[in-house]
Amino acid sequence: MQNRSIRKRLANNRLLAYACSILFLLISMVLGISIGSVHVPISSIIRIVGHEIFPFISLAQVDSMHLNIVLNVRLPRVILASLVGASLAIAGAAFQGLLRNPLADPYTLGVSSGASVGAVVTLFFQISIPFVGAFTLPLLSIVSSFLTIVLVLGFARKIEKSMRVETIILTGIIFGSFLSAVISLMIALTGDELRQIIGWLLGSVSMRGWVYIKIILPFLIIGAGILLFNARELNAMSFGEERAHHLGVDVQRRKLSVLTAGSILTGAAVAVSGTIGFVGLVIPHLTRLLWGSDHKHLLPLSILTGSGFLILADLVARTIISPTELPIGVITALIGAPVFALILMKSRLERSG
Amino acid sequence: MLNVQNLTGGYGGVPIVKDLTFQVNKGEMFGILGPNGSGKTTLLKMISGILAFQKGTVNIADQPIQTFSPKELAKIIAVLPQHSNQSFSYTVKETVALGRYAHQSGWFQTWSPKDEEIVQSVMKQTGIHHFHSKDIQSLSGGERQRVFLAQALAQEPQILLLDEPTNHLDLSFQKELLDVLKAWTREKGLTVISIFHDLNLAGLYCDQLLLMEDGKLNIHHKPNEVLREERVQAVYQTKIKKQAHPRVPAPQMVLLPEQQEDQQNFTVNASILKRTSERIVIQTPQPMKTLSSGVIGSGTGWHDSFINRRVGLDYDCNDHREEMRLYLKENGFEPSDCVGMMTAVNLDDLSHLFIERDGCSIFVVVTAGVGHAIDASKSSQHDMHLQPGTINTWIFVNGSMTEEAFIQSMMTATEVKTKVLHDLEVRDPVTGTLATGTGTDSILIASTQQGEEIEFGGTITPLGKLISQAVYKCTSEAIAHYRNRMDI
Repeated sequence: MQNRSIRKRLANNRLLAYACSILFLLISMVLGISIGSVHVPISSIIRIVGHEIFPFISLAQVDSMHLNIVLNVRLPRVILASLVGASLAIAGAAFQGLLRNPLADPYTLGVSSGASVGAVVTLFFQISIPFVGAFTLPLLSIVSSFLTIVLVLGFARKIEKSMRVETIILTGIIFGSFLSAVISLMIALTGDELRQIIGWLLGSVSMRGWVYIKIILPFLIIGAGILLFNARELNAMSFGEERAHHLGVDVQRRKLSVLTAGSILTGAAVAVSGTIGFVGLVIPHLTRLLWGSDHKHLLPLSILTGSGFLILADLVARTIISPTELPIGVITALIGAPVFALILMKSRLERSG
Repeated sequence: MLNVQNLTGGYGGVPIVKDLTFQVNKGEMFGILGPNGSGKTTLLKMISGILAFQKGTVNIADQPIQTFSPKELAKIIAVLPQHSNQSFSYTVKETVALGRYAHQSGWFQTWSPKDEEIVQSVMKQTGIHHFHSKDIQSLSGGERQRVFLAQALAQEPQILLLDEPTNHLDLSFQKELLDVLKAWTREKGLTVISIFHDLNLAGLYCDQLLLMEDGKLNIHHKPNEVLREERVQAVYQTKIKKQAHPRVPAPQMVLLPEQQEDQQNFTVNASILKRTSERIVIQTPQPMKTLSSGVIGSGTGWHDSFINRRVGLDYDCNDHREEMRLYLKENGFEPSDCVGMMTAVNLDDLSHLFIERDGCSIFVVVTAGVGHAIDASKSSQHDMHLQPGTINTWIFVNGSMTEEAFIQSMMTATEVKTKVLHDLEVRDPVTGTLATGTGTDSILIASTQQGEEIEFGGTITPLGKLISQAVYKCTSEAIAHYRNRMDI
């Protein structure tokens, strides 16, 4: 009972929600940059980052190796992890609200399978597009994810003009299963590239560098912008499409923009890091449990929480049995599932008690 | 306010609503009735703009509904959903605040003081203000329904559409909700259009009713005309009976269940009459339909225990009804199943008679005391003081009587009783004229409601003849017994 009243008070205190989430993200970032095979002191991190922003801050006392590690290895890695986490979390939150389904995640509509097919095809056929070179994989991945969402929505529209969410979910599942089968087929037929393909599918944010950040960032800004702009509509639509319509929401248009934005985010995230599971499903739930369901706050808070969480997951993935790196997708589920189970149990007990 | 012309539409090209024309005026409470599958919900969806129609027009304030944008429409029409299930938890206030969606504009859709004011005021009006920070998933069905009502009202609509609003609500919430809506139609000119399953609620609250049958209009009229027995029986294909509401001028329909197989036929006659010095009791195996003026169980009703209780001449009690109730309970009767009368005469002086003719039979029981006989035509000369000395007449009819027969039987029995007093020259001690009865006479007409229907009970009908014969004989006998005893 006391816990419950505390939760209430927290829910009312938006400022506290944002403060906690930002703090969590900052701590995750600092830990992510600091910890590793070479330990970088926090004071050095502050100096290095400070120098990048305000060049007058002197780097005299900073070890040049630390400078190199932070700027070229850890910082881009942490930022990429945070951008991927942010994209998946906000897309998941939006999809769950729109589809009114707690089991929905960014991968429900088959977009991730689409992006994966692009990537696996690149690896399988060793494709390299001139002028793009090493970035053939993310490029093809994003292109194929867009193709997928266009096909899924087009197909759903063909089945039913009003495109009810049930139809969209089913269509997504059909396309997702088909594309997964295509991936499995390529895995079965491949020889040398097996390890490379599996490794990519399990997801990773290592050794991507600043370029990958530049790839995902515009998509994140556009996608998250569209979703945030539709926060109130998402609130209305989580009461059902008819209800939203009666409240005055232009359901058809808003639905399409949310689906497109979510898919852009998902496609870009999968393209740069592979299919990292669990973040898009659980972070929105966690945020909702902690701070409430109002999408105006749920969406930005999911971004912050998702970023921090994926940075920590990546930290564990690369340090737990160092020097071997585990796939980050494995870690998200290994940490995330028990934590979520605990929180869920606690909240249900509170509710029934 | 709302004008529907030749509306035809449905799902996937198959018309469910066919060629429907009606109009709803501002401030009206408008009920849509019809059996399952008659197209009520489809009609409501087309009026609320979420289902496109194939033919016809729907005009709101003389403007076709298609020309409104979703936001414009939401400012005019609000819908209270039948039930709303949401997968995620919102607080009551967040939910109500969504009702302001259509009124907010601009890129940042800011929450204005006016929005806040309206949300606060509708939450107060619907009585949900005190739990505004609660999670709607933790609310009861009735509370949740009020939250969605508040949400709909926050839209400041001119028309409110409801699909079976009282579904899932208990009696008091049903009444509360409809009372609130009715008040709004009167005070704020809100137009309410609602689907009803409960014909009685519709009849009670609506100004106009629209009855649908197979997607077509059966009738659009005032409740009393729409809820005609034959019409409802035909449209709903079920047996119902119409009666008047006891308090307000509204029609009420009751269902007539098919006869249960375990119902046994019985006849009331002298074999089930039990008499002690304190009371006369008749108990029947099944309740009988009664019209009576007893101390307990008066008016019309269904009763299976009939008690005529002897009280002393000195019986005096301020609350004789309650005293009688306690007496019945103490003696193992359930007061709600009883018709109970009181008398001061010796119960040995009762008279009863069973007669049967042409398949119709009645059993009459009379106790009579005429110490305080009164000439009804000169009753103004009497004071209000009630004195014991009463003629209690019970008439049990083995048959199925109409209401008309009940009333006519009562008239027949009363006329016969008066005639007996004349023939026996019973006089009013105050005026000295011939008496017509006593000041506290009671009568009971009870019918088994089994067997052939007896339509009339007037003096020259078969039933009337039986009543006059039996009542005359029993009343004369009972008065004779009484006089004998008094003379001794």
